[in-house]
Amino acid sequence: MNCVVCVTSVPDTASVIKIGGDGKGIDETGIKWIVSPYDEYALEEALQLTEAKGGEVTAITFGPARAEAALRDCLARGAHQAIHILGGEASLGDSYTIARVLAAALKDRSWDLILCGFKGVGTDNGQVGQMLAELLDIPHVGNVTELEVGDGSLKAGREVEGGREQVSSSMPALLTCQKGLNEPRYAALKGIMAAKRKPVDKVELSSLGIDEAGDRSYEVRKLELPPPKEAGTIIQGEDDPAGAARQLVELLRTEAKAI
Amino acid sequence: MAHILVFVEQRNNEIRAASLQAISEARRQAAAGGMEVAAVLPGHGVADAAAGLGAYGAGRVHVADDPQFERYSAEGYTAVVAKAAEQVQPTAIFFPGTAMGRDLAPRVAARLGVGALADVVELTLEGDAFVARRPVYSAKAFATVDTAGKRPQVISLRPNVFAAEKSDGGSAEVVQLEGVSPTIRAVVQELRDTGGGELDVAEADVIVSGGRGIKGPENFELIRKLADVLGGAVGASRAVVDAGWISHDHQVGQTGKVVSPSLYVACGISGAIQHLAGMSSSKVIVAVNKDPDAPIFKIADYGVVGDLFQVLPPMVEEIEKLKA
Repeated sequence: MNCVVCVTSVPDTASVIKIGGDGKGIDETGIKWIVSPYDEYALEEALQLTEAKGGEVTAITFGPARAEAALRDCLARGAHQAIHILGGEASLGDSYTIARVLAAALKDRSWDLILCGFKGVGTDNGQVGQMLAELLDIPHVGNVTELEVGDGSLKAGREVEGGREQVSSSMPALLTCQKGLNEPRYAALKGIMAAKRKPVDKVELSSLGIDEAGDRSYEVRKLELPPPKEAGTIIQGEDDPAGAARQLVELLRTEAKAI
Repeated sequence: MAHILVFVEQRNNEIRAASLQAISEARRQAAAGGMEVAAVLPGHGVADAAAGLGAYGAGRVHVADDPQFERYSAEGYTAVVAKAAEQVQPTAIFFPGTAMGRDLAPRVAARLGVGALADVVELTLEGDAFVARRPVYSAKAFATVDTAGKRPQVISLRPNVFAAEKSDGGSAEVVQLEGVSPTIRAVVQELRDTGGGELDVAEADVIVSGGRGIKGPENFELIRKLADVLGGAVGASRAVVDAGWISHDHQVGQTGKVVSPSLYVACGISGAIQHLAGMSSSKVIVAVNKDPDAPIFKIADYGVVGDLFQVLPPMVEEIEKLKA
């Protein structure tokens, strides 16, 4: 039972976002990069599956040199090996190009299950997994919060509005993982030390035959901060809560027309 | 004439609201750009529902009416939309940004050899190119993007951002898509209702959310009362979901759902960035919180600094009076 986990490194969600000089990307000064939180569910699930059933976990990322830290984090938590495809600056947010790169790197390898996060926090597309599944011609189940893997097949639960779909699928397959699936582990010191000796296979983008800058499917014209929000109407309700409630309802009815 | 094709989602043969919003937006864009709107609807026994889409501006609806399409499957529905796209040759394909639409759009895009613009909150047309605005970095920034010249332009629209609007169109022409016989390896065996008939936050026009300030799970009753009188859904912050006070399907924010209701009432929620990421595109934001320095007040249109246990009950009473 071999698993591939696709990870991406993203700015820590507590980061202050500033627009970079070109007006199309963020200013990376001072940004702390982390493994995208949803990818942690994917990694944890892969680790649990291989611990129970044998096999290996390969973490893969497409990113610049600094993205190796994300792979080392995965290795420290228990992944057996990692693949680092170098590049990604020109295709930030370009789900289709990223999926093509991953598909090219994975198509000749052997795996039973590919696990991705439900979305990369930051670009927030949530599309690479489904696109990758399509390019590899395997089924996918998205937004998975429950998983049971059998012999050559799996059952997964996915959240939809007001309900849950129970899906059965043959393997190989791809899953995108959602909060609720498991509780991701932290890396222990021993794992961090061991990770330094584990192999990271560096792959040049040119060897995959993909020109990320020349054949884009997503063009960022402009990145901007949200327009400043006008100060709202704040009612002091400590002394007369009922009066404040009346005033609020009145404003919502007459001014905001929201009731 | 150029076409916009809209994927339409049904559950038990009822068309979901976000799909009507997507058709309406397609009609507005088509009117501006001299285009026509077609729709594609997979399902079983959907002819009547399909004809009714004319009222929102779909001229022709391509249905794949077959028992195998009664429930969603990414592979089955991808084959259906790809077949419709082959016939319509659209310049753009719109999807509602629902759980289904967000799951399907990328698979369809990859089948057609193009990328996709996800979770779009604003659309403008330049020639035949759609320029989209979408929130990124937990809504701490907005990106203006396009498909870099690729066609068709696959676009998913955030629910409740674009208005559903009836036009003066009559019944849509309904055409059966022939020759769609996909291999479906991932099969939905069951669709279980987990909401107990409650409105889902992702679809609600009004949401009342509770955070740590409600002090205990039993006090969601108070949140629910306000939600009920407003005809809304109950939301929650990550803190109280993690504490086990309410199930994850109520969670609004980064590891929960992204919502854009007309009215969002945050009760006892401080307004961590993870929460704001999920609700800052709400049209009117109300905060009730004891702490005057809570960050939620910075994005609130209206706020009450006070004890929610003393503010919410008279609010419920006032609204009930209005309705009487």
